[in-house]
Amino acid sequence: MADHDIPLTLSASGLTRKYGNNTAVSDVSLSLHKGEIIGLLGPNGAGKSTMMKMITGNLAPSEGSIQVCGIDLIDDPIAAKTKIGYLPEIPPVYKELRVNEYLKLVAKLHKVSSKKIQVAIDNAEERTGLTEMSQRLIGSLSKGFQQRVGIAQAIIHEPEVVILDEPTVGLDPNQIIEIRSLIKELGKNHSVILSTHILPEVEAICDSVKILHKGKVVFDDDIDALRQFRSGKSIQVSFRNPPTQELLDSALDNVKITTIREGVYRISGRELEYDPTDDLVQISAHKGWGLFELVGAQASVEEVFVELTTQDSLQA
Amino acid sequence: MITVIALKELRSMFASPLAWVVLAFVQIILANIFIEQVDTFMIVQAQLARTPNAPGLTELAIVPMFGAAQMVLLMSIPLLTMRLISEEKRNQTMALLVSAPISMMQIIVGKFVAMTVFLCLILTLIAAMSLSLLFGGAIDLGLIFANLCGLLLLGMAYSSIGIFVSCLTTHPVVAAVMTLAVFMGFWVIGLAASDPSSWLNWVSISKRFEGFMDGYISLPDVTFFLVVTTLFIFLSVRKLDSERLSS
Repeated sequence: MADHDIPLTLSASGLTRKYGNNTAVSDVSLSLHKGEIIGLLGPNGAGKSTMMKMITGNLAPSEGSIQVCGIDLIDDPIAAKTKIGYLPEIPPVYKELRVNEYLKLVAKLHKVSSKKIQVAIDNAEERTGLTEMSQRLIGSLSKGFQQRVGIAQAIIHEPEVVILDEPTVGLDPNQIIEIRSLIKELGKNHSVILSTHILPEVEAICDSVKILHKGKVVFDDDIDALRQFRSGKSIQVSFRNPPTQELLDSALDNVKITTIREGVYRISGRELEYDPTDDLVQISAHKGWGLFELVGAQASVEEVFVELTTQDSLQA
Repeated sequence: MITVIALKELRSMFASPLAWVVLAFVQIILANIFIEQVDTFMIVQAQLARTPNAPGLTELAIVPMFGAAQMVLLMSIPLLTMRLISEEKRNQTMALLVSAPISMMQIIVGKFVAMTVFLCLILTLIAAMSLSLLFGGAIDLGLIFANLCGLLLLGMAYSSIGIFVSCLTTHPVVAAVMTLAVFMGFWVIGLAASDPSSWLNWVSISKRFEGFMDGYISLPDVTFFLVVTTLFIFLSVRKLDSERLSS
């Protein structure tokens, strides 16, 4: 994705943000090409929202610079902001307005020319599935629909860069799928940054990922690297005639075994390259343990965080 | 862009009952005072006719109403300005305005313009009430004009102070109470400023307004109100900007 032919839409370098003595974001750089979707992942308080607020001009960085399509956000904020669409954590909607009135207001604020406003509203409503809600008061809509209104306002002016802060929070599973496919579609023509604390979400839609922890980047690579990092590390097995944990431990080398419940164990290789699956199947058949279930368990988001952050502290 | 913000703000004002309640409140109080003053004038009319250089209908019936209007604005403007910024912060909609390609100055001025339009609406009602006396007698149009100018300038100064206070908090009610406290402070200064040469007299909003009530549109008074208005608009912009920068 990072071809040199594809224009850079957003580049931020050395972003640092301090609140008093507390550093929320420390020296984070980011570059985004047209048609790329970046996921910002991190536990609560990792600095994702602060990052996004800085990129959208809602918060001035303590250090560092931000360029949107080559325009410096600090030198010429107004020109730079026309290129950005932003959905904050809480959708910035006026509850006393109707959906179409609100979108009209947003279109005007973003300097969409008056001839194109109606088309832009229809377009945004259609893409977010709000066409039938057009006449409804925003205050009377459910959380999920308000979230969609929030997304509609972020894309109505066809910005180069769309920034979505936790776009799928508060949505039901069907809506989540719809919104994810919407974001994927957005990624074709726009650049998208989205933040989330749901790992599978990032895997499903993003091209690359940055994991933040305590304001620092602890993982920065494309999505395949993240998948590799997560998978093939541990398996979950169930036996009909379960051996004791000690027996299992002595039969396999170089693994860590945890009992999940009676007859169900989680086995993980101590080294990255070692996959215990083959050995386990052979031994089980040989000894008649009755292996009937074997699931390649992926590391959960918590495990990834723990891994990354402990790695980080080892390096430091 | 300023008009976009101003129109949005007016729409929000009239979408809630508050604007209508305030208009009704202002109108009921002022109409009552007005009727009472006209009644009193009817009673003393015969005596006045015999007195040389006696005050006329305008001085006796209309000017006291403007005096009351000053107090009514003092009480109602905090209710109108309280939500202008604080509610945007509270509902997190400030992010929408800040992320849009408009400056803080445009946001604040847009909101101020909406307030001014609303004030003009109140003034139109007051002017209509005063001018209704044209059916029954001669009135001093110049004096009414001076009073309207004074009231508009006073309202603008109050509005910009109100907007500034609204920038300071995320709670509209807190903003209203604080604004009212500030206005009361100015009013007390006016009461304390009995000596015309003291500096209290110079900064008193109500004393400045008294000039207009007497029919003088003087440059220092006009300048005073405009300076106060501009000052608080600038302070509001600075406050919002500093929130973006602050640590």
